[in-house]
Amino acid sequence: MNRNTTVYLYELAWILPSIAIPVGMLAALTVTAFGTGIHLPSMAGRVDPRRLAETAPFDAPGVVQIAPGVFEARMTSQIWSFTPAEIRVPAGATVTFVVTSRDVVHGLYIPHAHVNAMLLPGQVTRVTARFDTPGEYPIICHEYCGIAHHAMAGRVIVEPRR
Amino acid sequence: MSTVVSREKPGLRAAPAPAFDVGPENRLTAAFICVALVALFGGVVTGLLQALEHAGVPVHGRVPFVKSYYHSVSLHGVLNVLVWTTFFVAGVVPFLVTRALERPLASRALGWLAFGVMLAGLAIAAVPLIANAATVMFTFYPPLMAHWAFYVGLTLVVVGTWLITLNLALTLRAWWAANPGVRTPLAAFMGMVTFAMWAIASLGLAAEMLFMLIPWSLGWVSGTDALLARVLFWFTGHPIVYFWLLPAYISWYTLVPRQAGGRLFSDPMARAAFLLFLVLSTPLGFHHQFTDPGIHEGWKLVHAFLTFAVFFPSLLTFFNVVASLENGARRRGGRGWVAWFLHLPWGDPVVAAQVGAMLTFAFGGIGGLVNASFSLNLLVHNTAWIPGHLHLTVGTAVTLSFMGITYWLVPLLRGRALWSPRLALAQVWLWLVGMVIFSNALHRLGLMGMPRRTQISAAPYVTPEWKALLPLVGIGGTLLFVSAMLYFVVLVLTVVRSRTPYTADVEFAEALSGPEGVPVMFDRWKPWLALAFVLIALAYGPTLLHLAATTPLSAPGLRVW
Repeated sequence: MNRNTTVYLYELAWILPSIAIPVGMLAALTVTAFGTGIHLPSMAGRVDPRRLAETAPFDAPGVVQIAPGVFEARMTSQIWSFTPAEIRVPAGATVTFVVTSRDVVHGLYIPHAHVNAMLLPGQVTRVTARFDTPGEYPIICHEYCGIAHHAMAGRVIVEPRR
Repeated sequence: MSTVVSREKPGLRAAPAPAFDVGPENRLTAAFICVALVALFGGVVTGLLQALEHAGVPVHGRVPFVKSYYHSVSLHGVLNVLVWTTFFVAGVVPFLVTRALERPLASRALGWLAFGVMLAGLAIAAVPLIANAATVMFTFYPPLMAHWAFYVGLTLVVVGTWLITLNLALTLRAWWAANPGVRTPLAAFMGMVTFAMWAIASLGLAAEMLFMLIPWSLGWVSGTDALLARVLFWFTGHPIVYFWLLPAYISWYTLVPRQAGGRLFSDPMARAAFLLFLVLSTPLGFHHQFTDPGIHEGWKLVHAFLTFAVFFPSLLTFFNVVASLENGARRRGGRGWVAWFLHLPWGDPVVAAQVGAMLTFAFGGIGGLVNASFSLNLLVHNTAWIPGHLHLTVGTAVTLSFMGITYWLVPLLRGRALWSPRLALAQVWLWLVGMVIFSNALHRLGLMGMPRRTQISAAPYVTPEWKALLPLVGIGGTLLFVSAMLYFVVLVLTVVRSRTPYTADVEFAEALSGPEGVPVMFDRWKPWLALAFVLIALAYGPTLLHLAATTPLSAPGLRVW
């Protein structure tokens, strides 16, 4: 760049903030990612999608209480359903979804509950969410999986605590 | 800057004649653009069907050829996002490179060979796509298995782009030999960077096709793997957006400043931005896979970091292009901090389309940062927000820029003035209005929890608040369709009806801060290419090696549409 021009000053006056802005955003992102304990799906192991019937925990899909208020929802997905299609937990429950796919790529999406993950044949997806407000939450497959993709849904029913 | 120079009005001077016989290059470019336009037509027709379906008009199943909503989405995505963009880029970039270098392609035969390979590939892929045997979307995630011809055809299209890369490199080398020590003209430099970046980035897709999908769909191997295929796909799938966007940038940097009556603000900053795109475009594909299992969270964070790094050249571009526009507007009598903006040549559809595209892209870019923001991505991944975003970026920043470019290029190639600049202008504004309505509705529906790529009209989980917004998708989509039809009317009538001669040739913008001050490093290719490979090896190496070594290719293919 030609240092003898005013253009050079403008160039510099823009380049420096252009570095500072992404760096600042990155810092904010890192702090929120780690500070709030939000986790993305990571390594949770492989399974053979053709042998789910004899592979724990997918041989017995269902909801299991691990500790008081802590549940594990073991699910399979296949065209075009979730097994089990309905999950009941009490309000305040922390639920870890352990899910895989029997066939093609599916999605596990529970709007407004911070559950958003891909389900791939061969991979185990593990995501955890807390359900405080009683009500019905749809479980939506949000990855195109064939002609009846839009019909693939389930629900989480959060029951008021008695 | 002397006062004589500042009074110069570039648009009014008689253009110099081209420095070489440009007929063959022009014909090659016209051929590519014709194919691109046919694809765009098919893409917008199917797009209209989906917009109407969202608005509650059940069109699918009642129209000929289109077998289902998902067939419709596959056609729309492949035609618009893969074919329209790639063929347009393949036609326009070599055109600009040869004009900037003032010499023909190193091999015109190779140029036509590339066109032939790409056209043949497109034809081969189109058969199963149209016949509903490749309803796998433009992302074609296995184990959904399309007909093998779909994969083979798309691979041939990519091979054709490699031939163009080779031709551009040979052309540039010949120019360097004839012009030792001279700075590469900016447009030629940018065109070469675009295709070099793409040649590197497309390796992921090529590997997915050649080693996984093609042998699997032909029955030579029995299985595949969903995760490895996705990693290879997104290796190419993110940088491919830069492959479409950078040619729009080339126009914004090297043509629009002059069309707006001014000069490019800074040539060195433009080169720096492109070199950063060369280096940073590829090693960040995991930000499309934040929600995938089987990729370590730490590597996802690394890719998030690199995605923010690529925001830097985007900001450089934003400033440089806006400062160039300001230069033009002030020469045209613009005053004030912001009011100068009104003095741009808004009556010229070439400029209006591209400035509109830039404005839209500012919002697309901000949305992109949300997508890339690691944990924030959980709110938007695979929701309607994503097509909302994609229509601002590919659907407007790229597409509306390309439309503006054709309003300049088609008259130049045909030798006849644009048929009706006023109708063209109306088309541009209609696109912008339609897109604001359409994209805004999709973004909001995404935040409300509506999934993308889903036949919402038949889904059991639609909420009343979605229903309130869905008609806007139909209205916006219809306006976009009408705008696209006007676009075709203007182009066709320019070719067949316009009688006013058009004699100007390409005129690139001069720069306020010229290439004299460019560091020598910017003209050396090897260090930048090496840096690109090193970053890719760091960002992708461990995950790819681990997956390649441990993944059993065992998933059988399914055709469930």
